[in-house]
Amino acid sequence: MQVPARFEYEVATSVEGAISLLQRYGSETRLLAGGHSLIPMMKLRLASPEVLVDIHRLDKDLRYIRDDGGTLRIGALARHKDVLESELVKEHYTLLTDAETMIADPLVRNMGTVGGALANGDPAEDLPAAFVALGAEVVARGPDGERTIAVEDLYTGPYETVLEPVDIITELRCSRQPAGSAYFKVERRAGDYASAAIGVALNLADGKIEDVRIGMCGVGSTTLRARETEELLRGQRPGAELYGRAGERAAEESNPLEDARGTAPYKRDLVRVLVGRALEKAVERAEVV
Amino acid sequence: MVATPRHTMGDRMPRKEDGRFIRGKGRYVDDIRLPGMLHSAILRSPFAHAKINNVDASAALELEGVHAVITGADLAAQGLAWMPTLAGDTQAVLATDKVRFQGQEVAFVVADDHYIAQDALELIEVDYEPLDPIVDSRRALDEDAPVIRDDKEGQADNLIFFWDAGDREATERAFQEAEVTVRQEMFYPRSHPAPMETCGCVADYDISTGEMTVYMTSQAPHAHRTLFAIVSGLPEHQIRIISPDIGGGFGNKVPIYPGYVCAAVASLILGRPVKWMETRAENLMSTSFARDYRMTGEIAATRDGRILGVRSKILADHGAFNAHAQPGEQYPTGFFPIFTSCYDVPAAYAEATGVYSNKAPGGIAYRCSFRVTEAIYLMERMMDVLADELEMDPAELRRKNFVKKEQMPYVSVMGWEYDGGDYHAALDEALRIAGYEQLLEEQRRAREEGRIMGIGVSTFTEIVGAGPGKKCHIAGIEMFDSAELRLHPTGKAILKLGVKSQGQGHETTFAQIVAGELGIPAENVEVREGDTDNTPFGLGTYASRSTPVCGAATAIVARKVREKAKKIAAHMLEAAEGDLEWTGERFQVKGSPDRGVNMEEISFAAYTNVPEGEEAGLEGVTYYDPPEMTYPFGAYICVVEIDKGTGQIEVKRFIAVDDCGVRINPMVVEGQIHGGLASGIGIALMEVMDFDEEGNHLNSSFMDYLTLTSMEAPKYELGETVTPSTHHPLGARGVAESPTVGSPAAVVNAVVDALSPYGVRHVDMPLSPNRIWSLLRENGVGA
Repeated sequence: MQVPARFEYEVATSVEGAISLLQRYGSETRLLAGGHSLIPMMKLRLASPEVLVDIHRLDKDLRYIRDDGGTLRIGALARHKDVLESELVKEHYTLLTDAETMIADPLVRNMGTVGGALANGDPAEDLPAAFVALGAEVVARGPDGERTIAVEDLYTGPYETVLEPVDIITELRCSRQPAGSAYFKVERRAGDYASAAIGVALNLADGKIEDVRIGMCGVGSTTLRARETEELLRGQRPGAELYGRAGERAAEESNPLEDARGTAPYKRDLVRVLVGRALEKAVERAEVV
Repeated sequence: MVATPRHTMGDRMPRKEDGRFIRGKGRYVDDIRLPGMLHSAILRSPFAHAKINNVDASAALELEGVHAVITGADLAAQGLAWMPTLAGDTQAVLATDKVRFQGQEVAFVVADDHYIAQDALELIEVDYEPLDPIVDSRRALDEDAPVIRDDKEGQADNLIFFWDAGDREATERAFQEAEVTVRQEMFYPRSHPAPMETCGCVADYDISTGEMTVYMTSQAPHAHRTLFAIVSGLPEHQIRIISPDIGGGFGNKVPIYPGYVCAAVASLILGRPVKWMETRAENLMSTSFARDYRMTGEIAATRDGRILGVRSKILADHGAFNAHAQPGEQYPTGFFPIFTSCYDVPAAYAEATGVYSNKAPGGIAYRCSFRVTEAIYLMERMMDVLADELEMDPAELRRKNFVKKEQMPYVSVMGWEYDGGDYHAALDEALRIAGYEQLLEEQRRAREEGRIMGIGVSTFTEIVGAGPGKKCHIAGIEMFDSAELRLHPTGKAILKLGVKSQGQGHETTFAQIVAGELGIPAENVEVREGDTDNTPFGLGTYASRSTPVCGAATAIVARKVREKAKKIAAHMLEAAEGDLEWTGERFQVKGSPDRGVNMEEISFAAYTNVPEGEEAGLEGVTYYDPPEMTYPFGAYICVVEIDKGTGQIEVKRFIAVDDCGVRINPMVVEGQIHGGLASGIGIALMEVMDFDEEGNHLNSSFMDYLTLTSMEAPKYELGETVTPSTHHPLGARGVAESPTVGSPAAVVNAVVDALSPYGVRHVDMPLSPNRIWSLLRENGVGA
């Protein structure tokens, strides 16, 4: 049996309470939400926090998915499963549904949370790339109040974020509603992390790409946004030739490292291929609307 | 009242054991909690190869809740630092001089609970002096290679053995005279059986009686008890091994591991029960691996596709200690010599070199019968290489070279005697189910559309059911197996076996055998296994030997019991024995069908009304030594499609026609085939144990050691032919491993077929998307 090192355990009953517990115990404290990344790391003793602050009782405040006048609001404790099953998400933010069908397995999706996926800072995590494509932002609360951070600005390195140790993510907010979106992922086997994955969310106007955002997963030290590729696409008429060029540009923008999931050239080529496929699918969905 | 179902031999009876498994009521080793039981953890080497200068456990011993820390030096003082392996080598129980693979056992901590034991590991200080490791077996025999086994007197290099078999000269002549020869190098990579339940035990030494009870994840409890007695010096009759429910074995639970020995030693020292249970990482890193064969295959043939000779050369990596599972010292490559398989090959020769490396010791037969998997993979790949060279249809080439059913019982050029087989029929059935002609047409269209589709064929014979005892043994114990059957007064039976199910369904299928022989419902037969005090001595379950050997023992013991029943029936019916006939359900007087008694009535009489001169009771025991092994066979077809952009392979279809002779429970057989196909396809696509140059293990969790899931598995299309075994009393053969043996080549052949228009003739497993992508791009295929 794999067992963690000794730790203290606290249960928060409110967001404010969680923040004050984080303040009291200091930097070796971790929030426990779904626990499906943290607990395995602790069992392998790759993580040994001194204190866990369990926030599962905040479900009543932080577990929701709703439309707020055209703005998507997902509570930090919404489970992957909730996102997967949301009709709102499926209709307007389809790439999230795409991504959720391929995130881990049902057991993990039942427990794992949106806030956890964002806060963990794993560059191979799918949701951050999908949220970057959407142009979403996180709402973080700390002792000094609330602030919002664009998801693309959240990460400073692998497992490193701009969040303070006393911050707690409360919500994911997205005011942009794309006409079409898609998420494509290559995994070695169902449930694996991505060898590479691409999220695209776009709007069309007069048969041309009006605005587009592309998030890239698993091909850099953080979740990446393919800004130059977006620039290349803007105002262009969609088509195979354009997708091909966009894929090539995105491949240049990616910066993958070799690991068990593939060599750098392989992952770079996956970016090329998946950007093309995701664009094609997103445009197809946008045209149906 | 609902009628009680009456199942018998040949029925698709739902598994009797599933009631408790489905309800989570199985009782595994880790479920065992004895009063006063202590827990343990093993300190393992972080290095693949290092000298140990010192082990300091003093800080760990001071941790509250720690009862003992056992080191290699402690064991050495008792003469227990080394133990024998199944291949006649030695293996360190706890390292004394050096560590020889990453994950090797260095110290054993016993504590009040798992948490304390794990904490204590972090307090043990080991002074290691890292040494150059041998990770790639091709480097093992280099002049300047470090000698891994410098503990062995006279061992000046890393050679374990050189072995060869067959007729070298005749084969050489065949190659010289042949119109066509082909040659291909291939690597069957290291994989791991990875059973869901890891290995473990609870050792319970009773200081008042001197009895040692070990609850243990064992596929072979009786053999393990004898080995325990030999290693520990404890008297065998005071050792009791109990194998409770086992969560999968696949060969992984055949060897004795250091953890078992340490737990037993700790219980002896402390006089309290000690539990040892591996973590997943420990199981993957330190217990027996499988395969790791670098092979070269060659075929000599006529231009029209008639095979004249086959040759193979192997470099076998056995890891740091030669813990190879083999049925006797004469089989350093197991049953690899079966490699001429289902083909009528006039000349064959095989040679192998076995070497040490700084990797975990082994190898065992992962869901296969002693290296038959490697042999069949080699042969089936070579058949496709030859077909490619001859520009011949792979199915046609196979058909042309099959041993014909008229040649049965066939003795292969390597000396194996096959117990019947109709390979043409099996292939024809597979081709029929597949719709082979339409498939080829579909492939032609796919290629026109720029899609990459492949069709792979694999036909094979297995070799399972070791003994016979004169040919096969474990540590000198001949490989028979046993069954003990007792009918109680109400006609209910208890059957005790020398084998041990790890999920194979013995409680159902063996009951069905008895039911078929005695005319009682299988529901009335309870099967007991795994407790050495309460079952007859047997060699255990692995290498698909349960049905061939123990299934035969069960049939025979039931027939013995029926013979005695006949005497009682004659007494009951006041008729001469010779006037009775067995109807399959009862004995009756010939010509008077109204005068008869069934087994329930006879059972009661056996305890209440025995004829004069007969003992009471109705029971028997049989030790069955098979005259030969059994040779199940099959024909598999795999259809794949490859994504040109990503290199991902989709297994679109998998057709498996198996012939395991008479099927005791067709549903259980099909379940076994499903599982075996998942293993085999998984091995072809993703299962691999990799190491970096330092010998660091790269696949020590299920996140990194990938096994096939239901998402990747196709809907299997199964078929069957039934060619009864010529010598098995029921005409049955083993089956659970055929699909693991036959399917990897079907998958690889399909993928190579898909890529053949681009000049690809071979690709090594695992067929990862990255590897396929590289092949595509190297051969100019873009997307």
